[in-house]
Amino acid sequence: MKFERLLIGGGTLVGFLLVWELCADFGAINPLFISSPSRIAQTGAALMTDPDFWNDVRVSAREFIFGYVAAIVIGVPLGLLMGTSRRLSYILAPFVDTLNAVPRVTLLPLLIIWFGIGIWSKVAVVFLGAVIPIVISALSGVKTNEARFLAMARSFTASRAKIFASIVLPGTVPFIFTGLKYAAGRALLGVVVGELYASTAGLGHMIAEAGNMFQTDTLFFGVLIFTATGLVVVALLDRLERRFERWRPSVGAAT
Amino acid sequence: MKRLYLAHERAILGVAGVVLFLILWEGFERGWWAALLQPLLGSQAARFQLKPIFISSPTRIASMAFDMFFVTGSIWKDLGWSSLEFTVGIALAFAIGIPLGLAAGWYRRFNYAVEPFLTALNATPQVAFLPLLILWVGTGLASRVLIIVLLAVLPVAISALAAVRTVDARLVRVARSFSAGDALLFRSIILPSAVPFLLAGARLAVGRGMIGIVVGEIYGSAAGIGAMINQAGSRFETDKVFVGVLTIAAAGVALVELIRHIERRVDVWRPQAAA
Amino acid sequence: MTPKLEAQDIRLAYLQPRTDTQLVALNGVNLQVMDGEFVAIVGPSGCGKTTFLSVVDGLIAATGGRVLVDGEVVTRPGPDRAVVFQDASLLPWRTVLGNVRYGLECLGVGTREADARAEKLIALVGLPGFEHHYPHELSGGMQQRVNLARALVVDPKILLMDEPFASLDAQTRELMQEELTRIWAQARKTVLFITHQIDEAIYLADRVVVFSGRPGKVKDSIAVDIERPRPIGVKRQARFHALEDRIWRLIDEDVKTKARVESS
Repeated sequence: MKFERLLIGGGTLVGFLLVWELCADFGAINPLFISSPSRIAQTGAALMTDPDFWNDVRVSAREFIFGYVAAIVIGVPLGLLMGTSRRLSYILAPFVDTLNAVPRVTLLPLLIIWFGIGIWSKVAVVFLGAVIPIVISALSGVKTNEARFLAMARSFTASRAKIFASIVLPGTVPFIFTGLKYAAGRALLGVVVGELYASTAGLGHMIAEAGNMFQTDTLFFGVLIFTATGLVVVALLDRLERRFERWRPSVGAAT
Repeated sequence: MKRLYLAHERAILGVAGVVLFLILWEGFERGWWAALLQPLLGSQAARFQLKPIFISSPTRIASMAFDMFFVTGSIWKDLGWSSLEFTVGIALAFAIGIPLGLAAGWYRRFNYAVEPFLTALNATPQVAFLPLLILWVGTGLASRVLIIVLLAVLPVAISALAAVRTVDARLVRVARSFSAGDALLFRSIILPSAVPFLLAGARLAVGRGMIGIVVGEIYGSAAGIGAMINQAGSRFETDKVFVGVLTIAAAGVALVELIRHIERRVDVWRPQAAA
Repeated sequence: MTPKLEAQDIRLAYLQPRTDTQLVALNGVNLQVMDGEFVAIVGPSGCGKTTFLSVVDGLIAATGGRVLVDGEVVTRPGPDRAVVFQDASLLPWRTVLGNVRYGLECLGVGTREADARAEKLIALVGLPGFEHHYPHELSGGMQQRVNLARALVVDPKILLMDEPFASLDAQTRELMQEELTRIWAQARKTVLFITHQIDEAIYLADRVVVFSGRPGKVKDSIAVDIERPRPIGVKRQARFHALEDRIWRLIDEDVKTKARVESS
């Protein structure tokens, strides 16, 4: 019974790939428009030996990592500060909310004007896309502190610093992880959009070029890499979250 | 006096911060700070004045906006096209996503079947499919609508799925005890409880869809707010870029607020809903 | 002899923002607790028992009167008093040991010493071997034991207990009452214990203080003449019932008065 899920899911997937392959091979649909699993695999294998491909991978990876890490390093403390200081959050809230309302990708033309079409404009759009969810989740993590823990701490004469370190901070962890997962998706999106818009290298650029030249296999392979990255990053964050939250009865429940 | 301040501290500080920011901004473009710092820093003070093509300024943006909206009216055509793409795209996303999500929530096996595809689509930045779409249908209206559909369909489907799954089992039991068949159960219990979820999903879909407007209009020179921003950007017309960006932001906020308002109305019967 | 804990004419009133009227929660509470005494407070709902406890601990400031511990005025929480809250409020991300030593950490005690003291108390409350469990792995009764250990480990002069057994089922509750008398006999602390349940108050305490309905004031103080140690069977005895009856009448008066006032 447990295997039912795996069987049906896996089965549909395999069936889909088979139908795809057959349609392409037997000319039902022109493979130029749709490629096929076998062609994608072959092109993929060939690409993996191509140094230009790896250069593209490196460029995109750098854009993602720089932007995402910067978003964490700046976003988490900022969110925590805003959550603790009411005044600070009053001042900064309009800016955070506006940035949240603007689809970060609309800022691309502006970012290109400022940073050029090199990797820094992409890093900027990745950063902007990721930092907002992180700030917001850290902020709400601090705000959602359980009053009963605070009362308990006060009765034991805990100092403000102690309360922050022993109660507020640990309580924010689940929220921060949610923010991190959401931000990872946003960061990936930033890489793709930035490179589609204007770039000279990177996987998104590779996909765009492949589209121009009707190299559908390469195109699909590029998309696949992004899919795989998205899945891996979220899986890694899940693992990390489970280590931090061993004390929770329900982490990892089917969500 | 102090009590007045404290009662409205949030608004006062918020507005003050924004006003300060705007003044700072304007000053950079007009060289106020450069002039102020001149006696201290001499020629180095010139660094504190930035060219308008880099940063524009609040007054320039305001006058450009006035121009585009009320004098030449050039922005309305773009707004019209983008709104058309957006509406069609979102409508399609609902038309596909809701039945898909409801079915996946209701029929366990169907859920198992589509799960890998939904997970994969969710993990992929859907925008990466844009070159493929263009390859298939060219750079016209169709590819723009399709990218919006791709971006918006998942939040809708996922929320519809959650809506069916999260139905209060006790309500279902009551209905069954009155021998309600599947169709009646669906209509009388599941659909009404699904509404809050669907509204939340709609909110997310709208946000995603706005990305589609900008991204979909990267290629092709037809009208549209995104296209306008892109063209202005390539010509370093920074004022126009800002007007476009703010217009999209305003439209997005307005739409989301509208949905939130509907959510609040619908939620009136709830004792205390989780946000 | 100086009372260990003394409340002198405690008053508490606060402004209700919505109706813009003063709500008087405590209207001149006078109470004395001697060293090593176990005093229980009972009273109708909303009479201010918990509020009074918060004032004694220094979590809320009284609008009038003062609290003295060993003859000295106290206005803030301090190491001389510890609270056992109704909700165990155990930090879910800390083990039992980590939770019990929390108060000691706040007082600046080093980890090794804190751990050693915590372990002794975990054994005292009947949970040896559970030091490295997480709160979600414990039952409600066990969590309250940890709660109690945490309060005792800081070696307070006075233990303030706010309906600690209210959220437990009837059987666990009686078990915990027995356990508490055992622990108290060993720890010998001065205790102020708030409860809704009259039988609980009589069983545990040397003296039962009855609060009047809101605004809170001490209505009467009744000594419990039953010798210790008290097996739980004591609750079925006639003299126990007599005390229950007496206290019940005192409270009932107030409840009926309040109902009459509210319906008029």
